[in-house]
Amino acid sequence: MNGNDQDRDKNFLKEGLGAAWPICLGYMPIGMALGVLAQKAGLGAWDVALMSVLVFAGSAQFICVSMLVGGAASAPIIITTFVVNLRHVLLSSSLAKYLDSMNIKGLALFAYGVTDESFGVNYTRFFTGGWSPKKALVVNHASNACWIVCTVAGAYFGELIPAGAFGIDYALIAMFIGLLVFQIRGLIYTAAALIAGLCAAIMALFVDGNMNIIVGAMMGATACLAIRRTVFFKRLEKAREAKS
Amino acid sequence: MTNPDLLLLFAGMGLVTYLPRFIPLALFAKREVPAWFSEWLSYIPSALLAALLVPELILSKTGLEVSFDFWNPRLLVAVPTFLLAAKTKSLGGTVVAGMLLYWLALKIIEASLSG
Repeated sequence: MNGNDQDRDKNFLKEGLGAAWPICLGYMPIGMALGVLAQKAGLGAWDVALMSVLVFAGSAQFICVSMLVGGAASAPIIITTFVVNLRHVLLSSSLAKYLDSMNIKGLALFAYGVTDESFGVNYTRFFTGGWSPKKALVVNHASNACWIVCTVAGAYFGELIPAGAFGIDYALIAMFIGLLVFQIRGLIYTAAALIAGLCAAIMALFVDGNMNIIVGAMMGATACLAIRRTVFFKRLEKAREAKS
Repeated sequence: MTNPDLLLLFAGMGLVTYLPRFIPLALFAKREVPAWFSEWLSYIPSALLAALLVPELILSKTGLEVSFDFWNPRLLVAVPTFLLAAKTKSLGGTVVAGMLLYWLALKIIEASLSG
């Protein structure tokens, strides 16, 4: 690590936590809800803690609980988890270029906390600059710790809290809105978002599960790769450049 | 104490979740990737965030039936939340404001339904 990096990392804990708190807020209702459902499905608080520590993937954990209630065996639950979490390949692939200063141990530690939420926050920060692998690691593990606490808290006393209090159900949606807005920095990114969003929505009408997210995102990215190479788009960009 | 079956299940789930997170990092962190692939990856964040978000905003579920629904509080609140995010560039502020607006919207709907 060079001196510049050390300088940048002086307040890594504070800055990492400062970036992670919106994620924690968003995890609260979802983690608690998971805890409540898991407890109703016959899992104890320890089981919930163990699941959150070992898996740390919100949607897969919900699916696991509902499959357990339905009496599913382990193999189908594990296969479903794999499919549901395959989208993390896209997240890790996009983040990799910012983590070239990490050794394999650091990457192994980082991989544990790659989620839609931590990815969105870290990618935005890396892109705008002033971010480091160490700060990103704090974001990953702070949100993970928060997730574990919230799911266990849900198993203990989730039912005491009224549903929908203070609009907290909207926290993650609002966070994704913010993260998406920060990503849009040109026409082509708007196109990527529109194509991906519409494909994902249309596909959700016909297909269960969350494959629509992966397929939609890949369609959006692939379409933009193609659009970028059309003559029309090159002209459009040139015209915009000339204007600004 | 957790029973061994559950422990095995969670360990299996953990493994198949961890590997897709780790393998791309190990592969791509230190390696040059082809230009087209890195361009493709640069579109993934906006595409993926939109793929997560848009279905939440424009679809509603009644029972098992999923259908388009362009008149729901999630989408209505998303409009000012979008504008706030673009204006303030603050993630925390956007989250808190979005929550408050949504809470308010639900209250108004509740009041208009009972009144």
